[in-house]
Amino acid sequence: MNRQGNKMVSSMVNEKAKSGGKGTLDFDVERIRKDFPILQTKVHGKPLVYLDNAATTQKPKTVIDTLVRYYTTINANIHRGVHHLSEKATADYEESRKKVKRFLNAAKTEEIIFVRGATEGINLVAHSFGKKFIQKGDEIIISHIEHHSNIVPWQILCAEKEAKLKVIPVNHRGELILEEYEKLLSPRTKLVSVGHVSNSIGTINPIKKIIARAHKTGAYVLIDGAQAVPHMPVDVADLDCDFYVFSSHKIYGPTGVGVLYGKEQLLNEMPPYQSGGDMISFVTFEKTHYNTLPFKFEAGTPNIAGIVVLGAVLDYVSSIGMERIAAYEQDLLAYATKRLTEVEDLRIIGTAKEKAAIVSFTLGDIHAHDVGTILDREGIAIRTGHHCAMPVMERFGVPATARASFAFYNTKGEIDALAEALKKVKKVFGHG
Amino acid sequence: MADLRDLYQEVILEHNNKPRNFKVLADANRKAEGYNPLCGDRLVLFVKVDGDTIQDISFQGSGCAISKASTSMMTSTVKGKTVAEASQLFEKIHGMLSGQLTSPVELEKLGKLQALAGVCEFPARVKCASLAWHTLKSALENKSNAISTE
Repeated sequence: MNRQGNKMVSSMVNEKAKSGGKGTLDFDVERIRKDFPILQTKVHGKPLVYLDNAATTQKPKTVIDTLVRYYTTINANIHRGVHHLSEKATADYEESRKKVKRFLNAAKTEEIIFVRGATEGINLVAHSFGKKFIQKGDEIIISHIEHHSNIVPWQILCAEKEAKLKVIPVNHRGELILEEYEKLLSPRTKLVSVGHVSNSIGTINPIKKIIARAHKTGAYVLIDGAQAVPHMPVDVADLDCDFYVFSSHKIYGPTGVGVLYGKEQLLNEMPPYQSGGDMISFVTFEKTHYNTLPFKFEAGTPNIAGIVVLGAVLDYVSSIGMERIAAYEQDLLAYATKRLTEVEDLRIIGTAKEKAAIVSFTLGDIHAHDVGTILDREGIAIRTGHHCAMPVMERFGVPATARASFAFYNTKGEIDALAEALKKVKKVFGHG
Repeated sequence: MADLRDLYQEVILEHNNKPRNFKVLADANRKAEGYNPLCGDRLVLFVKVDGDTIQDISFQGSGCAISKASTSMMTSTVKGKTVAEASQLFEKIHGMLSGQLTSPVELEKLGKLQALAGVCEFPARVKCASLAWHTLKSALENKSNAISTE
């Protein structure tokens, strides 16, 4: 589904032959690691092992170079000036929109709205779609394993509109219970908003089924793809979702940029979210006419540089291939699950059959925060805490977990380092 | 570079394993909740104040080794002290955790609470150690709301 960036693929294939299959699945991870300057960093004298990719990902050199190039040679405001730089900046900005459209396989560029991140994408829908479509007595369905950013906007909307928020429960593996979802759906259901992949425990939700079932009842569907887009191919046409959001910084791009995909007809029916420059076609003190899509939802000067860089990021990951990235990360997940299971007293939280490369765990009675501090001294970066998903922690009866989340630049050697460091944690606490 | 042993000293690990005064105090007349949203540490302090004196004190809750040990050591230190003495101690601990109180003579006066001095080398963990003390302050000032380190 991605059609760009053949150049890098061919160079990687050549390199691959030389590495003698060192990377699994014909995936030359050592070559990929060279693309990410920060991976050479030492932390407390040890090589950095970055396993906090669900929080944010590291940036390849080509992306950093694009940012420098933009500010060095192009910088101007967009959609306004008649001068050369403004035209160039506008062209690059709109080129990124085309790249996102192709990357998600959306039907039209008008359906790609640039926002600050997945959180703002969800808030945009909650405000704008909510204003137009949600009425007293309506129902919105989310799931028990959502990030707070896919809970709180709906709580606020429901409180304002006197609508009801319903929650799909999960089983002991952390999978949504679809029979219960069936029971929650009713003619009052106006929107179903679920994550594609759980940030806290890695479950890949069966969103295609969830979307089809909601549509049968007449409900719209938003998918929070923050944890999916960086790690697997996503095709919004095939999914048939009404909205899909993701954040650039989780897919090796800059912070402060995100994407809201929405079906054109629906976006046309929705009122503007924020108002100001760029989202208008003309303004008098009596009346303002709004601009057409996608500009209607892009008030004010956006993060132009970040959005241009996002286009470069999508070229980069497409050149490697999202299918290959997904396959390699699945291999890492299987290895990490095996190695961590071997650590005594380690309990993996979230054991769904369909999982992304995220392993959340507890280690005996040692608090996750202590685990995190000790691993940090070994150069290993993981996330500890509730992962902005407190209902998940409550569901599994733990106050917090330690979470290792992987990207395609991680290696099995790094997983070995993690397993060894966890044994050290136990030693500090006198358990080994 | 601070060593891990500066943070996880024996006395801290020991208090984490066997926290003192870890129970509900039925006849408490002051109570406060402490919460650290960053790591999910939660504790409830029960205090029995008689006149000016902290007659008894206990706690419940869950948290990391640093927060649990800090709370355990705090309860065993302030038990029997006056409210004014406890407040003075709060200031000193605050100084130690923020790295401002460094005089060996002053630190020595803190007895086993000195074990927490290593925490100031681990900025992300300072709140874990200070939660118990902020919660104590809140209980003694009789604020009913849950206190948070954020």
